[in-house]
Amino acid sequence: MSISRRHFLKALGAGGAATALAACAQMPGGEKARGAHVVVVGGGSGGATAAKYLRHFDSDIRVTLVEPNATYHTCYGSNWVLGGLRQMNDIAQTYGNLRDRHGVNVIQDTVTAIDPETNRVTLAGGQVLNYDKLVVAPGISFNWATAAEGTSEATTNQIPHAWKAGPQTEILRRQLEAMPDGGVFVMVAPGNPFRCPPGPYERASMVAHYFKTHKPRSKILILDNKENFSKQGLFLAGWEANYGNMIEWVPSSRGGQVERIDVASKTAISDGGLNRFKADVLNYIPPQRAGEIAHSASLVNDTGWCPVNQVTFQSSIHTDIHVIGDSSIAGAMPKSGHSANSQGKLVAAAIVNALRGRDPIAPSMVNTCYSLVTPDWGISVAAVYQFLDDSIKGVPGSGGVSPADADRNFRRMEANYTRGWYDSITTDIWG
Amino acid sequence: MKHAKLAAVALAVSLGGLAVSQSALAEVTRGQLMAKTCLACHGSVAGGPDATIPSLVNGYPRQLMIQNMKAFRDGTRAATVMNRHALGYTDEEIALLADYFDTTRR
Ligand SMILES: Cc1cc2nc3c(=O)[nH]c(=O)nc-3n(C[C@H](O)[C@H](O)[C@H](O)COP(=O)(O)OP(=O)(O)OC[C@H]3O[C@@H](n4cnc5c(N)ncnc54)[C@H](O)[C@@H]3O)c2cc1C
Repeated sequence: MSISRRHFLKALGAGGAATALAACAQMPGGEKARGAHVVVVGGGSGGATAAKYLRHFDSDIRVTLVEPNATYHTCYGSNWVLGGLRQMNDIAQTYGNLRDRHGVNVIQDTVTAIDPETNRVTLAGGQVLNYDKLVVAPGISFNWATAAEGTSEATTNQIPHAWKAGPQTEILRRQLEAMPDGGVFVMVAPGNPFRCPPGPYERASMVAHYFKTHKPRSKILILDNKENFSKQGLFLAGWEANYGNMIEWVPSSRGGQVERIDVASKTAISDGGLNRFKADVLNYIPPQRAGEIAHSASLVNDTGWCPVNQVTFQSSIHTDIHVIGDSSIAGAMPKSGHSANSQGKLVAAAIVNALRGRDPIAPSMVNTCYSLVTPDWGISVAAVYQFLDDSIKGVPGSGGVSPADADRNFRRMEANYTRGWYDSITTDIWG
Repeated sequence: MKHAKLAAVALAVSLGGLAVSQSALAEVTRGQLMAKTCLACHGSVAGGPDATIPSLVNGYPRQLMIQNMKAFRDGTRAATVMNRHALGYTDEEIALLADYFDTTRR
């Protein structure tokens, strides 16, 4: 279980101690007390955590967070909005605490260019910021080039993805509300890797909860681009126990691999036209890749995601840049808000230690993905992650999913913890 | 390596408060970083909106933390998710967590 020092040092590579020294050397002597300047791109789960914890770990560091939205709607909890359990303002987060309590300089703008040679970022409003270290946490963008034929950014008003929370969540909720009883909700779930592996299946659960209470004759069809999914056994058992046969899951080999969508008639088409699935409400979740800015700043490899040092999350491409959250390739860690939060703390520690010329810390990160099957039936998957044999892995023997044979009381407790988790992690990030 | 980090934490503890107030000489220790990961669930602000998950923001007594984590790990204490987490930490790491939460007690 212990980390091999040789592997650990190897992972640090040329960017470890050497960069730390270079960064210190860059800071003029007189400036040192005022500290280095770290710019964070994106105020979501990863970026906001990194900004807060940088300040928390070392109050001498100046931190600027650039985020275009004054209000961030968490994707977590957005399925509960679709199920009618929560309102949009219950999942709204703002930046006042980061600014006033933690001394983060919050700029409401978009980063349009990163120059890794001169350590400068340019904002849409024209402002230019110099950085000693840059943390890039822009989440995901959609890969429309590989998406089903007929879909594009322009079709997301008719067939919303709701995979970035906000107006998209509201569009999907309104469509579900307008749907007649007896209608069909079709969700097209993406192939791996994608943001929030259990997310589509929690969404199906929450929509089923809404239908069961308001439109009990309706059906839910999940057309999946894969053969299996996160917490599958727990979801299938939970659906059967709570919703009978309202939810049908179709794996890729049985017609779930959607190739084309006829937007006008809300029809998903697979197997060269052999299968046609007509929807009343169609939720197409497109294939994903790192956030746009990661592409324009050449931080991605040919997978469309950002390769990073697995100990420090330093970009494998540009040394003074770290990439965290969904955009990064983080070994066995799922693309989740909890992972991004853990990575935000790790990168804050890595930057503080590097700027002070200290050795990096052997990573220890955590993830718990809770999902609600009903308002009082929760399930989870958890793991502790460390750097083991050259990559980030779950500690052997730890983690895993909720027990298959748990009783109703156990499920109810996990549903309470699901809500507790939301309150806690959002306070940890934006509080 | 772990022993070196343990020693660093022990030093921080003996200096008292060093692990809490971060300033010019800041070094983030492994125990501190690991402990911060707990706060995603265990309330980063004590008395916050979450009443169901115990808060660790105001620290926790060392012996009790060690005892609880080991009981979660070997299954003698029932849990929903904590046993799955506790299995991810060695005795040494549990001690690092316990040391850190002991220094942040209020
Ligand atoms: C339906 C659904 C349910 C989910 N449920 C859970 C759950 O229960 N638990 C869980 O842990 N995770 C869950 N997730 C996943 C979680 O939301 C993401 O994994 C997480 O938010 C990723 O964090 P991030 O910081 O990488 O990206 P984000 O949180 O998306 O943040 C990225 C931020 O960067 C900003 N940005 C982008 N480009 C720029 C730019 N050029 N300049 C400045 N700012 C920019 C964006 O505005 C955004 O605010 C869910 C996701 C979905 C879709």
